Amino acid sequence: MLLAVTFLLAAGLYALSSGSAGIPVSRMPSIIREGRGSPEFSILLDIRLPRILLGFAIGGALSLAGVILQGMFRNPLVEPYTLGISGGAALGAALCIVSGINRLFPDFSMPLFGFLGAFIVVLPIYVTNMRSGSLNTDGLLLTGVMISFISSSLVTLILAISRTEHLQSIVFWIMGSLEEPSWALILIVASVSLLCLALSYLFSLDMNALSLGEEEAAHLGIDVERTKKILFLLAALLTGISVSVAGIIGFVGLVVPHFTRMITGYDHRTLLVLSFITGAGFLIFCDTLARTIVSPVELPVGVITGILGGILFVYVLGKRLRTGQTGVS
Amino acid sequence: MIEIRHFTGGYGSKPVLNDINFDVNRGEFVGIIGPNGSGKTTLVRTIVRLVRPFGGTIHFEGKDIRHMGFKELARKVAVVSQSPPVVAMTVKEYVLLGRVPHYGKLQFFETEQDVRIAERAMALTDTLPFKDRYISETSGGEIQLALIARALTQEPSLLILDEPTAHLDITHQVSILDLMRRLNRELGLTILIVLHDLNLASEYCDRIVLMDRGRIRKTGKPEEVLNYKDIEEVYRTVVVVERNPLSLKPFVLIVPEEVKKKCER
Repeated sequence: MLLAVTFLLAAGLYALSSGSAGIPVSRMPSIIREGRGSPEFSILLDIRLPRILLGFAIGGALSLAGVILQGMFRNPLVEPYTLGISGGAALGAALCIVSGINRLFPDFSMPLFGFLGAFIVVLPIYVTNMRSGSLNTDGLLLTGVMISFISSSLVTLILAISRTEHLQSIVFWIMGSLEEPSWALILIVASVSLLCLALSYLFSLDMNALSLGEEEAAHLGIDVERTKKILFLLAALLTGISVSVAGIIGFVGLVVPHFTRMITGYDHRTLLVLSFITGAGFLIFCDTLARTIVSPVELPVGVITGILGGILFVYVLGKRLRTGQTGVS
Repeated sequence: MIEIRHFTGGYGSKPVLNDINFDVNRGEFVGIIGPNGSGKTTLVRTIVRLVRPFGGTIHFEGKDIRHMGFKELARKVAVVSQSPPVVAMTVKEYVLLGRVPHYGKLQFFETEQDVRIAERAMALTDTLPFKDRYISETSGGEIQLALIARALTQEPSLLILDEPTAHLDITHQVSILDLMRRLNRELGLTILIVLHDLNLASEYCDRIVLMDRGRIRKTGKPEEVLNYKDIEEVYRTVVVVERNPLSLKPFVLIVPEEVKKKCER
């Protein structure tokens, strides 16, 4: 726990200090004390801090959604995007750009359309798998994957027939970025993801029981159907809000939960919080790399999370296999 | 303790159980036997509300189970099913999950008392020596004991076991059933157990329920139920029923086809 918090703080400070104008950590207190006016102050508080906050919220939200879904499906390969939510959001955003609505209301239209797209996709997934009051887990997964395919095909179709200037903004949106000018939106995302963390924690014991299987959980007095529904909606909300604000930032929701589980074990009472913190730190760190590594060009943060996360994960997995520990999740 | 009246139920729209009437009294050791697919497992699942009722009622300690919450039921009835956990967790962590039904609404962590109860259950089942080992690193017999320890940690008044001796050697079969018998006699735990092995059922159960195609064919003492006529009819297999010279309980011997032909000649 301490390690994860330290990592988060270090990532935050690193993100604050680095960029095209390097500001050493030791100078930060004096800059903040001097208050508004200096260019460094506005770089720190108006450019870098919102980005860090958004990274915190989104990294945490995606990892949390990953833990919830992996626990609920008892399948280590499930991640927030498996449910088709990201596909729906991408479709919504692409439609928004092509139709030109994003130029009418530049601040809120993209997130709104993304969220609508995500919501519209989740609805049929949820409804088709609700039969006689019970949520069919395998069906949920399959329909999610299928809807993902359908919406990604539709996005490709839009890309194929849209004009060049739209093309680039769609592609950039899909690749994901923590660039977000609106403070209000950042605060909304941050509070929703923290709220979801608190709510999901109420179900930490239920998730522990569910990791034994649905039948066993029922034997332990868990109302399995109700728990599954709530968890599914929580994960959908977390994913939907992340995707609609930051685009599709891959890998965080898959790798971070795995990684944390390897270190702390199966217990969701620690896993939920720890994944949130680790995910937040990881995304802030990756975003800073994306900003600075080939500065002044900014790489899509999804590229960094994918490469870094993948390498780190394979390394840790290999190490575990060599030392003979088995049973990842 | 349990009263099942005219219960019909199953999965989807297909009834698996037909017009079941069946009681379990406090302090009894009851066995359920019957061929594969006769509804033994479904019968025990109905008691914990996992089977959809089409008709009939089930009462637990005088209360209709449909009006009991899952949690309330789990504090009184514990089930040892045939599925060991696949998640990487230690035996102790697993056993402690048995306390989940007893946790308060905003309680997330076990109290000292919860740990004491779990440790007592592990002591009863001899699982303490390997409590820190991962489930995946324990043997079949040890896993079965851990499953029982978890169920005991729920502090139930009724313990249901679904074929706890499947895939175990005779040493473990006997030690698990001896343990059940001790819990039954010394702690007054009521036990309802599904068994495939007719001879184990005969030796250990006070009363045996013989099921056939979703109905209860016969209930009674082992010597009443285990006679060659009923067994041959239900299992459609030729058997010979003898008596164990020491316990005087009936035991059932099978007859291979070859031997049967030889005798007929």
